[in-house]
Amino acid sequence: MILSTTLEFCIFIYLLIFSFSYFTLHSCCLLYLCFDNAGQFFSSGHTNNWAVLVCTSRFWFNYRHVANTLSVYRSVKRLGIPDSHIVLMLADDMACNHRNPKPATVFSHKNMELNVYGDDVEVDYRGYEVTVENFLRVLTGRLPPSTPRSKRLLSDDRSNILIYLTGHGGNGFLKFQDSEEISNVELADAFEQMWQKRRYNELLFIIDTCQGASMYERFYSPNLMALASSQVGEDSLSHQPDLAIGVHLMDRYTFYLLEFLEDIHPASKTNMNDLFKVCPKSQCVSTPGHRTDLFLRDPGSVLITDFFGSVRKVEITMETINLTDPIKQKPKQKDWHPPDGFILGLWTLILLVFFKLYGMKHLKHIF
Amino acid sequence: MGLLSDPNRRRALISLLTRLNSPICVVCYMAGVAWFMGLAFEPFTLRTYMSENAMGSTMVEERFPAGERALTTGREFSAHKKKAGGMPVDWLVKTMQARGLEVFTQRFSRKLPFPDENKERYMVKGTNVYGILRAPRAPRTEALVLSAPCTPGDSNNQAVGLLLGLAQYFRNQIYWAKDIIFLVNEHDLIGMQAWLEGYHHTNTTGMDWSPLQGRGGSIQAALSLELSSDVITSMDLVLEGLNGQLPNLDLANLFYAFCQKIGVLCTIQGKLQRNDWDSVSGYSHSVQTMMLMVMKQASGRPWGDHGLFLRYHIEAASIKGINSFRQYKTDVTTIGRLLEGMYRKLNNLLERLHQSYFFYLMPSLSHFVSIGYYMPAFGLLAVILLLRALDLWVQLATPPPRTEDGITDKEQVSSPGVLSVLTPLVISHLTGVALYTLPIQFQEMAVEQFPVSETEAVVLTAIGVYTAGLALPHNTHRLLSGEGTEQGWRVLKLVAVLYLAVLLGCTALINFSLGFILALTLVPVAAFVTPHVPKVLSAFILVILSPACTLLFSVFFFQELQELPVSFQEGWLLYLSVISQGILDHFLYGSLVYPLIALLVYPCWLLFWNILFWK
Repeated sequence: MILSTTLEFCIFIYLLIFSFSYFTLHSCCLLYLCFDNAGQFFSSGHTNNWAVLVCTSRFWFNYRHVANTLSVYRSVKRLGIPDSHIVLMLADDMACNHRNPKPATVFSHKNMELNVYGDDVEVDYRGYEVTVENFLRVLTGRLPPSTPRSKRLLSDDRSNILIYLTGHGGNGFLKFQDSEEISNVELADAFEQMWQKRRYNELLFIIDTCQGASMYERFYSPNLMALASSQVGEDSLSHQPDLAIGVHLMDRYTFYLLEFLEDIHPASKTNMNDLFKVCPKSQCVSTPGHRTDLFLRDPGSVLITDFFGSVRKVEITMETINLTDPIKQKPKQKDWHPPDGFILGLWTLILLVFFKLYGMKHLKHIF
Repeated sequence: MGLLSDPNRRRALISLLTRLNSPICVVCYMAGVAWFMGLAFEPFTLRTYMSENAMGSTMVEERFPAGERALTTGREFSAHKKKAGGMPVDWLVKTMQARGLEVFTQRFSRKLPFPDENKERYMVKGTNVYGILRAPRAPRTEALVLSAPCTPGDSNNQAVGLLLGLAQYFRNQIYWAKDIIFLVNEHDLIGMQAWLEGYHHTNTTGMDWSPLQGRGGSIQAALSLELSSDVITSMDLVLEGLNGQLPNLDLANLFYAFCQKIGVLCTIQGKLQRNDWDSVSGYSHSVQTMMLMVMKQASGRPWGDHGLFLRYHIEAASIKGINSFRQYKTDVTTIGRLLEGMYRKLNNLLERLHQSYFFYLMPSLSHFVSIGYYMPAFGLLAVILLLRALDLWVQLATPPPRTEDGITDKEQVSSPGVLSVLTPLVISHLTGVALYTLPIQFQEMAVEQFPVSETEAVVLTAIGVYTAGLALPHNTHRLLSGEGTEQGWRVLKLVAVLYLAVLLGCTALINFSLGFILALTLVPVAAFVTPHVPKVLSAFILVILSPACTLLFSVFFFQELQELPVSFQEGWLLYLSVISQGILDHFLYGSLVYPLIALLVYPCWLLFWNILFWK
């Protein structure tokens, strides 16, 4: 008896070790294969993407700022970030402005080539709701409990956030709606609050205003990368007017940014170094700037889709897997039952025999 | 010790002031005149630029196609006008309604104080017709006005035709954020005044009008169109309005920007721009243009139908089409496109035009001089008056030493008596009041007595009262016996000089041109007149420099500037008609030049006349 149990025990242990080693080896092989094919895929460490897109100026002659924001919105949506993860703030309604000769449209290219308004735009903060206070509350998460989910930035410590600001700005400030300003110090402090509350993993900050580079001068929190359309002392210029609409449609930097983004698709491998090259001085007239010293990773290893697109756990493999002999399936066993009438007849027969044998006197005992 | 509180220094300053008073005055006068002439010199002017951000540049696409159709409509209008013998109200109402506007009419009537010989009207009755194009999507809070006058005869038919053509084109567009009111006014300025009063519910001039049935919100800008030919060679911009008020410079900038974009020749004061500012003829051309504007502004009358809008804080200008003998002609479609572009840009406005200057002079359409640059010219002239006043004050405070008399003489000298100063003041102002009221009151009596028409009666009565005032000093001195003292005339002159300074200062603030022209002639009068200068010569100079003669010379000068010189006879008749127009403007539209001259400037000049004949 003892001999048989120890034998069983040994066999059990051996099987355990064998299965464990098999599985670990197999998974190692799996990981090795992954690293080779989509090596950077899991290296950024983020699990979701958010975007906060803000247009801060109102009035018809600031059409181009709304068009800027909407074209970034369009790119970001196209690359996969859903509306639930985008906070879009537009200070004025250009599409339904009385002066718009093509109502319900906002064009980014002249001759009305591209309507960035479309029919599925979801604006979260509109008109007079776009204020400095609301913007900072969205970033830091200090919103009243009654705020709906669509107006919140529900990011966590594994979120990559894209923040895009456009409007009129100056050295160290950005003008909101002709009545107030946000300073670069306030913005830097807001980002520090976000870092301390672990509201982001990495943050990309793009600003298209005059003297935009002054807005990122004061950042001091880690994992921030910033791009601006012009240096301190330079004006960002608008791109092209459309004579039928009568206003400038886009700013130069965002126009070329849009052109660049139109070539990106969710599986692109283009990295941030290409983004820094967008709109050189010959096209933009102003000198775009960027800041990467606070960012932990090397910009060359940061994909555009890390910020502009949304994460998909998709592993793309190029090798074909041959399926071996198909497993033959046994047909399902069906239990056999005798037919119903037969059962009824059988029981009647049994009853009759019973009563025949033991006589009718037992019948009153039964009933 | 401070400069003014140290008695030694003060005495030194005062002695400097009294010694050098006349030379400083002469220098200031020369400097003022030189500054004014230098304003037209191009390096001292600024190029015009668009200040309003909402209007931006001229980037719109103008697509107005229907110039020929507009001309046909104009011809129809002319035919109906001839048939109706005035304003073809029914035809206009029908045509505007066919173009999709909301049409309303307004009847008005006015009896002029005396017949207007220039326009040959006395009892004026008329109808204004206007159509409102409602903005497709906007609330009815703001409006723009395009107007064309309905004048008898053959003029301005094309203007009305173009107005109706533009109305049809504008009706098909959906980008209007403001209502557009298309107005055809009868009897030019009188009709316009009636419409504006009806629109704003004011009644300042005693006109009789029927209330307006339809309105379009607060008017942001207005343009008045005058076009009398099928093709034009240039477009003229008229800015001067009632009481010398000017529209915001941005309106002129807008017009100039579009002229450049479309390539139409544009002029101001009928004069083309020249590029050779460093040559003498180029400089004199700029000076001529600027002087024309100064003359027109000083007259205080509206030089186009737009002139009456300015009082209601509505920026307005008149655009005249001129057909001269140039080869290159512009057709009506291009004019339509220019107006379309201007209206599309005005449509973009969010607030009233306020970013650019309200007070300026334009030596050419692309250059301007703002108030900060031209006011020192007037300031230098006003300084002369202040220097003279200081001098008189010093003389009054330190009476001349008298050796023979003792204390009693000093007492007598130090108090000249209020009555001796007040009497000339009161009498001068009463003469002024007479000059203001008598011509109108007594025109009937004058017509009965003398073989003249009413207009002539009014004008001649005015001139009569004016010259009668010259005889006053002799008469008043008979009343006040033995009041004339050395101190007396000094006190009177001090009061008169300060009075003139305040008067001219206030006038120059509102109407710089009028203030400057009056200052040019009256400041020398105020400066040099004393009872001790040679009487006959001074009397002659004083009369030459009086307001009436200034007006006479201005009439001749104005005709010279316009390159239509007149002989003395024609000039005199023109002068009489200018006086009658001035009086009419005051009663019809509220122009302030006539009351200012009659009630304030003329009495002031009379005070100096009194001083000259002081005994």
